[in-house]
Amino acid sequence: MSATLEAASLGCHVTLVDSDLALGGQLIKQTHKFFGSKDERAGTRGFKISEILLEELNSYKGTVEVHTNCTATGFYKEDGVVSCVIGEDEYFRIKPEKIVMATGAQERLLPFPNNHLPGVYGAGAVQTLMNVYGVVPGKKVLMVGAGNIGLIVSYQLMQAGVEIAGIVEAMDKVGGYWVHAAKTRRLGVPIYLRHTIREALGDKIVEGAVIQEIDDRFQPTGKEIKIDADVICMAVGLTPTCELLWQAGCEMVFVPQLCGHVAQRDLFMRTSHKDIWVAGDASGIEEASAAMVEGRIAGVGVAKALGHGEASEHSGRLEEFKRRLADLRGGEVGQKICQGISCCTVNEWGV
Amino acid sequence: MNEKEKLFNGGVLTEARKGAIEPPRDLWENKKNGLVIIECPQRIPCNPCHTSCPTGAVKAFKDINDQPEIDYEKCTGCARCVAVCPGLACFVVDLTWGGDGVALMKLPYEMLPLPQEGETVDCLNRIGNTVSKGKIVKVLEPMHDRTMVVHVEVPRDLVMDIRTIRVVKQA
Amino acid sequence: MDLIEKHPILEFKHSKKVKFSFDGIEMEGYEGEPIAAALHANGVRIYRITPAKEQTRGFFCAIGKCSSCFMVVDGVPNVRTCVTPLKTGMRVETQLGKGVIPMDA
Ligand SMILES: Cc1cc2nc3c(=O)[nH]c(=O)nc-3n(C[C@H](O)[C@H](O)[C@H](O)COP(=O)(O)OP(=O)(O)OC[C@H]3O[C@@H](n4cnc5c(N)ncnc54)[C@H](O)[C@@H]3O)c2cc1C
Ligand code: SF4
Ligand code: SF4
Ligand code: FES
Repeated sequence: MSATLEAASLGCHVTLVDSDLALGGQLIKQTHKFFGSKDERAGTRGFKISEILLEELNSYKGTVEVHTNCTATGFYKEDGVVSCVIGEDEYFRIKPEKIVMATGAQERLLPFPNNHLPGVYGAGAVQTLMNVYGVVPGKKVLMVGAGNIGLIVSYQLMQAGVEIAGIVEAMDKVGGYWVHAAKTRRLGVPIYLRHTIREALGDKIVEGAVIQEIDDRFQPTGKEIKIDADVICMAVGLTPTCELLWQAGCEMVFVPQLCGHVAQRDLFMRTSHKDIWVAGDASGIEEASAAMVEGRIAGVGVAKALGHGEASEHSGRLEEFKRRLADLRGGEVGQKICQGISCCTVNEWGV
Repeated sequence: MNEKEKLFNGGVLTEARKGAIEPPRDLWENKKNGLVIIECPQRIPCNPCHTSCPTGAVKAFKDINDQPEIDYEKCTGCARCVAVCPGLACFVVDLTWGGDGVALMKLPYEMLPLPQEGETVDCLNRIGNTVSKGKIVKVLEPMHDRTMVVHVEVPRDLVMDIRTIRVVKQA
Repeated sequence: MDLIEKHPILEFKHSKKVKFSFDGIEMEGYEGEPIAAALHANGVRIYRITPAKEQTRGFFCAIGKCSSCFMVVDGVPNVRTCVTPLKTGMRVETQLGKGVIPMDA
């Protein structure tokens, strides 16, 4: 959405396709207030930010065309055509001059016995159920992973009236922000550091889980603990969604700090394919605040390449966005991101 | 990893640290409306406690990732930061409030059911154990954004333990 | 239905209630919301049984990416129920095995 807005504000015509039934991606599921500074609307709840962006989009009715429930299924390198499907069977093709791929991220799963049982859900799925559709995900949830997602979703589950049996984390420290851990802890949720899930219990659906302490080499030690739960929520990380980027033949690199394979990009977020830009979690797992700024940068990049707007305008906006990103990435977590980004950024493509 | 580190690593404050310090006692004892306690010991990209503080009591951040630093002289106990902090890491404690042995805490609250004025609630410490009862004095929604600021009367000697409340279900 | 009635932050605006069937049993859900969400609200957790190992599957990602939630909808197999909007009168069935694509579709 951010890329669309920025490009449209500089005069581009944009077609926005999103596979979800509503725009906003992860944002519409976030009931908590965001960090960051005023520029990125800190202190505003995620779903509100999405509403604000949507309103802004509505002011470009003439130049922005939006398709929801519409998945970009393929990119054809030969002629630059993108195939899309609305719902399950209504196909169409478009041939854009420039493309921004901001496909977000996919959830990881851990291998353990019975992880296929219904009741082992991705954290995003749990959020979708409860925060978008108002459906109670379960009675008692075991959360696997104490990164920001695990911590926040636990807190959100409690807000929805669901009990949290505990949060399991393999490292000896929560991976998410300390304050998020503090607010779940004070509501009585145990956080099992240096523990892992051994197996899910149940015949046809989840009825519980076994967790166990692990040692320095992640080998199980100590006694197994049986936990009662009807949902095991997996929050063990995301990995960038980049199938379309592979299809397009963009140069990809594996960057652990960004949680997977990502496209090489220049300062404007342009990939090695001269007509394709990336932004957001698809270009490396980070935060919505940064994802939105990256989207804006890609939007400017596209407009520049299409010759919309003045050169001074482009460089001015780029500088401003770069400053905001640098601010956002100044912390402990941000350092890691910056290392990651330096592994996949080129100064300029020779195009 | 000793017990203390283990607790802290799991989100439980065990002692004062940068970004999580106790206000100076002398000032605190006599400050009407109370002083802020912030427990935000990690460097994270966040600053609404500073940008929303009307008196500048939360000092300007050199870098948005800094831990908050407080000029207690300036803090009026208005609890605006309590309402805006996305980490629910700001609390106000008024030691001048009420009679002997009690104090007033202004705590952020985003759960259901909402407590009612005059109701007796459980007061929970940093690991969620009930450490005392408390009496609800006021329930406000300062920013009209669903984060409540609950004013609760608590035992004075527990102000550094109590961090949230739980509404007790009527039998 | 297993719905969140009161939430400290959110208000849920549901659309029109419609009837659909699951393995022949009549159920209610909201029009336009994903089939999987409607099933879950009705207490249904098992959406299909895998071909090789005969394991039960529910949904996992809820964003149309993992194929865990394939079901037979109005006779058509392999429908991603987590992203397919519910319509009135839909016939939803547990998918057994790979699912057979009807010849005339
Ligand atoms: C529980 C949780 C808490 C979070 N908390 C915070 C926070 O406090 N602060 C913060 O800054 N960030 C937070 N984030 C992170 C933030 O939500 C993400 O970083 C951000 O949403 C990424 O934006 P995006 O646009 O890159 O991806 P997404 O929001 O994932 O959007 C990608 C969109 O692309 C669509 N899509 C994917 N593939 C296709 C395709 N082939 N065709 C068409 N459409 C497609 C998807 O349906 C989706 O709508 C949180 C994330 C989670 C899960
Ligand atoms: S209580 Fe009021 S004056 Fe004190 S730090 Fe918070 S916002 Fe500032
Ligand atoms: S607003 Fe809250 S979480 Fe953010 S820096 Fe201030 S105290 Fe920490
Ligand atoms: S639950 Fe993953 S595709 Fe539907």
